[in-house]
Amino acid sequence: MRRGFTLLALATALLLSFALYEALIAAPTEQTMGDVQRIFYYHVPSAWTAFVLFLINFVSSIVYLIRRNPKADILALVSAEVGVVFCTVVIVTGPIWARPVWGIWWAPGDIRLTTTLVLWLIYISYLILRRMSTGGRTPVIAAVVAIFGALDVPLVYFSIWFFRTQHPSPVIGGGGSLDPRMAHVLLINWAAFLCLAWLLSWVRCELEVATRRVDEAQALESLRESSR
Amino acid sequence: MSFFAITRATLAKDIRLEWRSKDAINAMLFFGLLVVVIFSFAFDPTAEESRRIAGGLIWVAFLFAAVVALNQTWARELRNQVLDAYRVSPAAANPLFLAKALGNFIFVCVLEALMTPLFIAFYKLRALGPAWELAPIALLGTWALVINGTFFAAISLRTRSREIMLPLLLFPISIPALLGMVNATTAVLSGEESARFWIALLLAYDVVFTTVSLLLFELVLEAE
Amino acid sequence: MIDAQSSSGIVVADGLIKQFGRFAALRGVTAQFAAGKLYVIVGDNGAGKTTFLRTVAGLAPQTHGKISVLGSSKIKNVRAQIGYMAHPSLLYDEMTGIENLSYFAGLYGLPLSRCREVMAAVKLDPDLERPIGQYSQGMRQRMSLARAILNDPKLLLLDEPFSNVDLRSAHEMVGLLAQMRDRGKTLFVVTHQPGLLESIADEFVWMEAGKITRRTPHLQVPQ
Repeated sequence: MRRGFTLLALATALLLSFALYEALIAAPTEQTMGDVQRIFYYHVPSAWTAFVLFLINFVSSIVYLIRRNPKADILALVSAEVGVVFCTVVIVTGPIWARPVWGIWWAPGDIRLTTTLVLWLIYISYLILRRMSTGGRTPVIAAVVAIFGALDVPLVYFSIWFFRTQHPSPVIGGGGSLDPRMAHVLLINWAAFLCLAWLLSWVRCELEVATRRVDEAQALESLRESSR
Repeated sequence: MSFFAITRATLAKDIRLEWRSKDAINAMLFFGLLVVVIFSFAFDPTAEESRRIAGGLIWVAFLFAAVVALNQTWARELRNQVLDAYRVSPAAANPLFLAKALGNFIFVCVLEALMTPLFIAFYKLRALGPAWELAPIALLGTWALVINGTFFAAISLRTRSREIMLPLLLFPISIPALLGMVNATTAVLSGEESARFWIALLLAYDVVFTTVSLLLFELVLEAE
Repeated sequence: MIDAQSSSGIVVADGLIKQFGRFAALRGVTAQFAAGKLYVIVGDNGAGKTTFLRTVAGLAPQTHGKISVLGSSKIKNVRAQIGYMAHPSLLYDEMTGIENLSYFAGLYGLPLSRCREVMAAVKLDPDLERPIGQYSQGMRQRMSLARAILNDPKLLLLDEPFSNVDLRSAHEMVGLLAQMRDRGKTLFVVTHQPGLLESIADEFVWMEAGKITRRTPHLQVPQ
């Protein structure tokens, strides 16, 4: 267990450094956008990683409701938290890229960025709910809300897609074929980000397991003291 | 007793209680009036401009009014913990949910019926598109707000500071529905585009979330 | 396995733990209770009496452990045979007694005549036009009991039925409970006035800090 963790940490560090080199130095400079386009190697893999994590959140919420296994609940919580972190990266890098390229910070009609923003809002409200709910009911309620959130995603996507057809706006990097060099760098970065997400989730899971063990012990202990 | 008999009995009971106590009705109607008046001070557009922004204004106003109404949904069941009497009975969870959703639907529709003429008067509104389309838009849009609102109000019961929790959960999930209502209404008012797609989107939203709510409500009711 | 348990008791609890966040209200309750008896549950505030009752009623599912009620570990399936009276009234203040009961009777699929029957049983006038909110505390408690016995339950769970009830009404309620027990019903009564039930109780169940510490046939102050 320990050794697996160390290996993963090492692999993540190596991959991240290599990906950084590839993205900033090895990858060819884009002809029209220039160096600013390199943010693409962080923007896109973060988005993909966040989507993977939200998918894990959705699946483990369903599994929790069926099996009532606390591990599934912990996985749902952790994937949402780490997912929100990567989602934040997407939302911050989006405008940084958009500003020099389009001259505006935010285009409400941009389907991918806006969908990501709504996702971000949904999962933050999910995390707030987990904080605010009381007693032993958090896992069930959170799982139910996670399912609502996930089912909302296609509706969000289609509504923004149609919104765009009425309010046209530029699209970043959409369509067209990607230079194979660039695709290669993109995939290396994605691999590095997935490893990082895995590493973060691992640590967070262990922390959550320990926290719950302490809470349970304290719950039983507090009564023993009151009985004295 | 059958599903619909319990739904009907619960709805009748809620309407009777509301009629006797008039807890929410009076305050809500006044709140609706206030929202319209304040909006009319905040925005004073020409007839042409108002056609472009009215869809957004009206639905945001309805959304705020609905949230206040929705927060009252379960208050009556909490007093004297009456909800527990329902929970120990063999009655299924869904008739209760459906009755609450229908009650809220009626209530919010009444509210909208009161606010709409005021909006029309203040903003000098006249539809350039097919005005009859506003009816399905209003009904589908209201149901979209109410179905999830009723569900999330039940979820908020299980949290601290429930009044603030409801909008935090409801608003993000309602974004596609809100886009649908606003754009459909604007399309009809300006008469420039067809509202068909947006009506279809609202319909899809309603079907999806009505189904999920009915599938999952029991879990929320039983959670303790 | 569930069948084997049901033969050994109407309520069988095995290592019940109920945790609310950082607080455990039940801390390992293991006990069996036989059908047709009247159990009185006594203990200090916070001993877990109410939580135990709510767990048996299926209102507060346990965090760990097992419970079987009326031979079923899925309490949902036996709800029609359970009656539950809580400390709050579980009634709508703005409606009259008969309006309240007829709504709840609908949930059990019972006719209106049954509502009049139980109101008579608790000595309340079914034709009283006043809403429950204007009842005296004693009347409200009796009304609350009427709601709990509406479905003529096999298992009746009562949480503080005598609080704020005058002595005469309390004795009448005790008589009613004794009748039900004699008709083969099982009763659990949580109360701070166990003396009222001394004459009719089959067993006193003592709870302390989320556990059942002892069970005695008579009311006596534990050492």
